[in-house]
Amino acid sequence: MSEKKILIVDDEPNIVMSLEYAFKKRSFQVFIARDGTEALEIAGRELPGVILLDIMMPKMDGYETLKQIRGNERLKKTKVIFLSAKSKLTDIEKGLNMGIDRYITKPFSIKKVVGTVEEMIK
Amino acid sequence: MPNYALILVIVSYLALLFALAYYVERRAKRKWVNNPYIYMLSLGVYCTAWTYYGSVGIASQSGVSFLGIYLGPVIAMPLWILLMRKIIRISKQHKISSIADFISLRYGNNRLLGAFVTITCLLGVIPYIALQLKAVSETFSLLSSDNSFAAAGILDDTTFYIAILIAVFVAFFGTRSTDASQSRKGIMATVAVESVLKLVFFLTAGVFVVYFQFDGTTDLYTRASQTPNFQQLTSFGGLENGFNWLFTIGLSFFAIFLLPRQFHVAVVENQNEKHLAKAIWLFPLYLLLFNLFVIFIAWAGNLKLPGSVNPDYYSLLLPLQEGKLSLSLLVFIGGFSAVISMIVVSTLALSTMVSNNIVIPYGFLKKLVEGNPEENANNIKTIRRIAIVLLIMIAYFFYIRFSLQLSLFSIGLISFVIIAQLAPSFFFGLFWKRGTAKAAKIGIAVGLLIVGYTLILPIVVNAISPDAQLLGISYLTPESNAFLWSISGNALAFVGFSLMTKGNYRERNYAEMFVNNENYENLQEGAFIWKGEAYVADIKRLLNRFLGEVRTNRALSIFNRKYNISETEEKADARLINFSEKLLTGTIGSASAKILLASVSKEKPISLVEVLSILEENKETKANNKLLLEKSRELSAMATQLRLANEELRQQDQLKDEFLDTVAHELKTPITSIKAASEVLEDGEMPTDLRQQFLENISKDTDRLSKLIHNILDLEKLSSQRAALDIRSRKINATIIKAIKGIEQIAAKKGVRVEFVESKFLEGLYDEDRILQVLTNLLSNSLKFTEEAKGIIRILLEEKEAEIAVAVEDNGRGIPSEDHNYIFEKFYQSKNQNIKKPQGSGFGLAICKKIIESHQGDIWADKNREQGARLVFTIPKGK
Repeated sequence: MSEKKILIVDDEPNIVMSLEYAFKKRSFQVFIARDGTEALEIAGRELPGVILLDIMMPKMDGYETLKQIRGNERLKKTKVIFLSAKSKLTDIEKGLNMGIDRYITKPFSIKKVVGTVEEMIK
Repeated sequence: MPNYALILVIVSYLALLFALAYYVERRAKRKWVNNPYIYMLSLGVYCTAWTYYGSVGIASQSGVSFLGIYLGPVIAMPLWILLMRKIIRISKQHKISSIADFISLRYGNNRLLGAFVTITCLLGVIPYIALQLKAVSETFSLLSSDNSFAAAGILDDTTFYIAILIAVFVAFFGTRSTDASQSRKGIMATVAVESVLKLVFFLTAGVFVVYFQFDGTTDLYTRASQTPNFQQLTSFGGLENGFNWLFTIGLSFFAIFLLPRQFHVAVVENQNEKHLAKAIWLFPLYLLLFNLFVIFIAWAGNLKLPGSVNPDYYSLLLPLQEGKLSLSLLVFIGGFSAVISMIVVSTLALSTMVSNNIVIPYGFLKKLVEGNPEENANNIKTIRRIAIVLLIMIAYFFYIRFSLQLSLFSIGLISFVIIAQLAPSFFFGLFWKRGTAKAAKIGIAVGLLIVGYTLILPIVVNAISPDAQLLGISYLTPESNAFLWSISGNALAFVGFSLMTKGNYRERNYAEMFVNNENYENLQEGAFIWKGEAYVADIKRLLNRFLGEVRTNRALSIFNRKYNISETEEKADARLINFSEKLLTGTIGSASAKILLASVSKEKPISLVEVLSILEENKETKANNKLLLEKSRELSAMATQLRLANEELRQQDQLKDEFLDTVAHELKTPITSIKAASEVLEDGEMPTDLRQQFLENISKDTDRLSKLIHNILDLEKLSSQRAALDIRSRKINATIIKAIKGIEQIAAKKGVRVEFVESKFLEGLYDEDRILQVLTNLLSNSLKFTEEAKGIIRILLEEKEAEIAVAVEDNGRGIPSEDHNYIFEKFYQSKNQNIKKPQGSGFGLAICKKIIESHQGDIWADKNREQGARLVFTIPKGK
């Protein structure tokens, strides 16, 4: 497992595009998934160090995806960050209770996201 | 037939009745015991030996006048549904067990009045019982083949033993409960069976006489019409006779209410007032059947039998003459049934009256107050049993001493005239509040004296100088004459004294409760006025003596629960006094109950004005309670409505919250995208083409944002109905073509074919801009979901009764079935609200729905479509 591997899961291509650019710039190996199922497949294959996960997605939502990631022994060390427009306290608590490592609300600052990720894998 | 065989028949018949009564008592709860037919048949106790034998006698001698006795009840029956229902309700409410109790309670449970009524009934009924015994005795001797029947003494007389057996029967089954207001189902069942037997056997005799001895009614008529006095036998008489008819009908009208046995079967033994409905038409039918053959048997007897025989017994003698012994025996048993049922019910009713209205209130009360409950119950039962035996014995001696001179018919009528003396106090008492106890007593006394003078005295005097008639109106029969004078004197005295004297408050209180009984049915104990001091403990001790501890405690706890009274309450109020009076009334009669309660309480007099005002108050409280109850019901209904409305508001609020949440989320997505893009653009090393791409993204997301805001505002405007619509009759075909033109270019670019099948040219009532918006939205969705180069979009038009339907269908990927119900909701949420809907269907369809709804139309997705989507909307037809 490489800590410099990052998986971005979001169905908004414009947002993904910005994140991808920023992380590549910091020499991360970036993988992209548009929904939960795709994310699980890539994560299982690539074993990324960090996963940026949106909550509201087609097919499988972020919560379900997180549960499956946490069920996978091989992804035990992978850090998962929720990137969500859901900003209510109850949403954040729910995420933390499910074992998320960080919760970042949209709209976010790219610099802060990159900074958080880099700090986590240090 | 030898004596011993006849006695054997009688004894076995009585044994059967015993067995039946016993069997029914054991199964008193069964449905067949409590039905309207048993009730109706028990009313048949009206038909006694007098009916069974006496009518024939009258018909053979003086024609159809016997019918008057049955016309009275027939006329009375329709009135029963009102009158008898009222009597039954009052009686059940006050636990009344006899007519004496009824009348004495109406006049403020007056002890002396109760005794007066009882004595009147004894005077009227004992000769009547004697008459029944006479019938048994005479029919017995007719059937007996032993010539030595002429009894040497009482101990030789079969009638004596029959009387004793009847006494045992009544004493055994009639006094099982000390509460005389309880029904005696065993006895009533035997009475009903006897009513059937006597009718059937009498009809059998009738059929035999008319169709076997003669060749039908016509033959009998032809032959009878040749007899000398036939004219007289078949005419109703002139005007003078008309009066006799009138009085007989009046007499029997009163008798059906007032005879102790009729009051007993109709009121005390009534299980359900609904039974009246059947009785009022079945009982007249019963009477009619009974009288069907009377006249024919009388004619036949006159033709066939020698003048020396007693015409009363034609029905028995006619078959006997032909040697049909078994038929005669049946007739005998029928008559015997009539006798038994009359004696049983009469002595039962009389013994209750004697014990509750004479023996207990005059003299035995002290002993009862000292006794324990078991002793008291036994004492009361013993009093009633002795009364029963004595009554029958007195009747027997009366028969031995007097009745040999009198016919069945005349004793019957005398009895009726005496009983009729109760009519003024009874009927006036039901409807006239002014009637007082004093007036009732005087009225009855006056009536009885006149009967004695005009009817009884002449019979005694007759022995000396025949045809003496006192106060006689020559064309009236002695009975009609006596009835006219006595009832007039009685009623006049009653009304006169009632007007002259005022009753005490108790009389006024009960007058009000009886006359306006429907007002107090629900008030129950609350309708009783009483002022004074009494202690619950004393009353409890008193009740204990008569009801026993278990029943007393049960009754009191029911009472306390009903009126919400604390178990520890020491002072008794009017309601408890009345409640206790009622409890005791069933056992010892209303007069004794009043005396007993007075002995444990200090009663204070109340003025009449107070009585009326308290009654009024109680009635009002009751009415107010009812009103309050209604109001509280209304309030609780309103509270429920409010809660529902609140719930709905809360739901709407929640929906609004969810809506705002979703709006915020939708807005955040392009903002996030713009913000992220502008951040990465800060990087000066970014290649130009990539920079260009990011800038384009920003521009697109800005468009998306402004479109979102526009849609949200539009939807809000449509939801709050602030959007002004320019609705007119327009050509829908033109509008559709306009919509197609709007998307033509994009469609052409994607290679999607758009077809409009112009099968019809229709007009619709709509705002063109808005419908255009709907069409454009639907077409755009179809474009979005159809495949490039393969897609086909088709628009169809359909004319319905009052509206036109427009369908937009495509061959794209279609709508998942689970989404059909949600696609028109703003930001519709699938089952899992974190799963995103397909792009483009967020606001568009919600807006379409709002627009169509504001046109009073409907929009839906066709669920049956297999491939692609088909959305249909309707709008009203134009002119």
